[in-house]
Amino acid sequence: MKYSVNDKGYYGEFGGAFIPEMMYRNIEELRENYLKILSDPSFISEFKNLLKNYVGRPSPLYYAARLSEHFRTRIFLKREDLNHTGAHKINNTVGQILIAKRLGKTRIIAETGAGQHGVATATVCALMGLKCIVYMGKTDVERQEPNVLRMKMLGAEVIPVLSGNMTLKDATNEAIRDWINNPVDTHYIIGSVVGPHPYPDLVARLQSVISEEVQAQLLEQTGNPDPDYIIACVGGGSNAAGAFYHYLDREKVKLVAVEAAGKGVESGESAATMVLGHPGIIHGSRTMLMQDDDGQILEPYSVSAGLDYPGIGPMHSNLFKTGRAIFKYATDDEALDAAFLLTRLEGIVPALESAHALAALGMIRFAEKDVVVVNVSGRGDKDMAAYIKYMNTHNTIAL
Amino acid sequence: MNRIDQLFQIKQHEILSVYFTAGHPELNSAPVIIKALAEAGVDMIEIGMPFSDPMADGPVIQQSSSKALKNGMSLNLLFEQLKDIRSKVRVPLLLMGYLNPVLQYGMERFCQSCARVGIDGIILPDLPLEVYENEYKPFFIKAGLHNIFLISPQTSEARLQALDNAGSGFLYFVSSSSTTGMKNGFTGEQTAYFEKISRHNLKNHSLIGFGISNHDTFATVCRYASGAIIGSAFVKMLSEVEMTGVVEKIYKFVEPLKGP
Repeated sequence: MKYSVNDKGYYGEFGGAFIPEMMYRNIEELRENYLKILSDPSFISEFKNLLKNYVGRPSPLYYAARLSEHFRTRIFLKREDLNHTGAHKINNTVGQILIAKRLGKTRIIAETGAGQHGVATATVCALMGLKCIVYMGKTDVERQEPNVLRMKMLGAEVIPVLSGNMTLKDATNEAIRDWINNPVDTHYIIGSVVGPHPYPDLVARLQSVISEEVQAQLLEQTGNPDPDYIIACVGGGSNAAGAFYHYLDREKVKLVAVEAAGKGVESGESAATMVLGHPGIIHGSRTMLMQDDDGQILEPYSVSAGLDYPGIGPMHSNLFKTGRAIFKYATDDEALDAAFLLTRLEGIVPALESAHALAALGMIRFAEKDVVVVNVSGRGDKDMAAYIKYMNTHNTIAL
Repeated sequence: MNRIDQLFQIKQHEILSVYFTAGHPELNSAPVIIKALAEAGVDMIEIGMPFSDPMADGPVIQQSSSKALKNGMSLNLLFEQLKDIRSKVRVPLLLMGYLNPVLQYGMERFCQSCARVGIDGIILPDLPLEVYENEYKPFFIKAGLHNIFLISPQTSEARLQALDNAGSGFLYFVSSSSTTGMKNGFTGEQTAYFEKISRHNLKNHSLIGFGISNHDTFATVCRYASGAIIGSAFVKMLSEVEMTGVVEKIYKFVEPLKGP
């Protein structure tokens, strides 16, 4: 497995566990146990059962005929938006709550940007009867209100974070601080393939159900498990990690990761880490990072709260560095246009995050016979305010 | 000889180390604060290198870091501010901060700059033991710098031994599982932990930090270790005063700590 994590927790030069001693025991406990738990037959059976009967997996792989006609190629949509709670995030939280229980933890903390991971965590905590605290930047609390209310309804305590830009990065800092202050009874369910080892690998493995299903579904629908392209959006990169996972070493499958360019990569308001960043350390991991010359982390910007992160998972940094994945970026407007295109052609309202992946369809010259899989990582219910605002300012949607 | 080693040769008890963030409350306040602390009788000074995302720090130090960065603090500027510091003070000086700004500055260059201005030790809480040993140790040794490791109540016996073997200068025992400035006063559980620290036969001296804010807490931890580190309480005091009266305030802060 050329692109997997090595035994020290590195993907090439990226990864590792750059953590204060106060977190060491927790991380070590997880590192020592996660592979054992993931391969335990009782875990596998409980996880698969919940994915099937609670999450609603397998999620469909849908041939989008009208979208295909529009782009003159063959486009399949992996419908993670149809999962319970509305995004791929639930795959990871179901897995991690089972791990937390096996580690004897009684209190769960999480960070969230768009609120999808927070909702998914609150959901599994309700399911398992565990206490749940979700840190969310105050900016995101305001722009993702429906998700905040859902978390509260599910019994979670949502703590608005007032430091920094009051977005995902700051919520992550606060969750880390909580874990340092509560090292014994608490498990931190990280929502993406970021953080210290083993989190990037743990989350990627739990999300790899996406690519596992795509292989089987494509084989059934086209006679070949391998597409020509797989396209996914990346903030931290968990849906992309899940969509790429079983294809990492199948090098003829082109992996396309789409970052959020915000108002444009040159605008000073962007979250396109690969274009704007260079190697650094954030949240315990060595990875590509938006930072100034003094190593201070820059505030990212994206209309989509889930992609508003100055770093990226170390696996993706390695895919970028080695050239294994193609990195694209889409602006807020390009993502919004793509969301409306999908809505009008296929009757699917995607999450703003997923809209970035869809925007890449217009950036690549596909052959008519190409098979293109786009991971629709979540649904757009939570983003209605942004979509309505866009409709009101753009009277005609060009199709 | 490294000044930290010199200090422990002449004094093994009630060592008082004080932390502040460079660039806070004002951009150029570090040299003034260092001089005042040394004159007030502090044994060792930790100069914080501000970072935008200090994950092991509580609100007080976090806010001092944001303020320092807003003021325009950087590592380049800090070394510039410290270039004549050794003509003013003799106490050991340490730099404490997070790894990313140091890596962007360049670890080897950082160690050289530390040696040039007379820094004696470095505390980087997110620099892992293995990474230090495999990549950076020679730079520290060449520059005559001690690398100070943190120990938490969760640290296992085996790891404590490994950190004691790899570290030098002293070991920084964190009094409770917490970020900085979170707790006041000690619980029975903490006292039991301090007793455990005092019974260890360690190569390095021990200082206890986190949760020490006044003479009582200082005197308590000094019963178990060579001394203590005060951070948030001092930074909080600095946040509340004007720079014009700061020297007097620092005297007033330090004197009661050391007790009658």
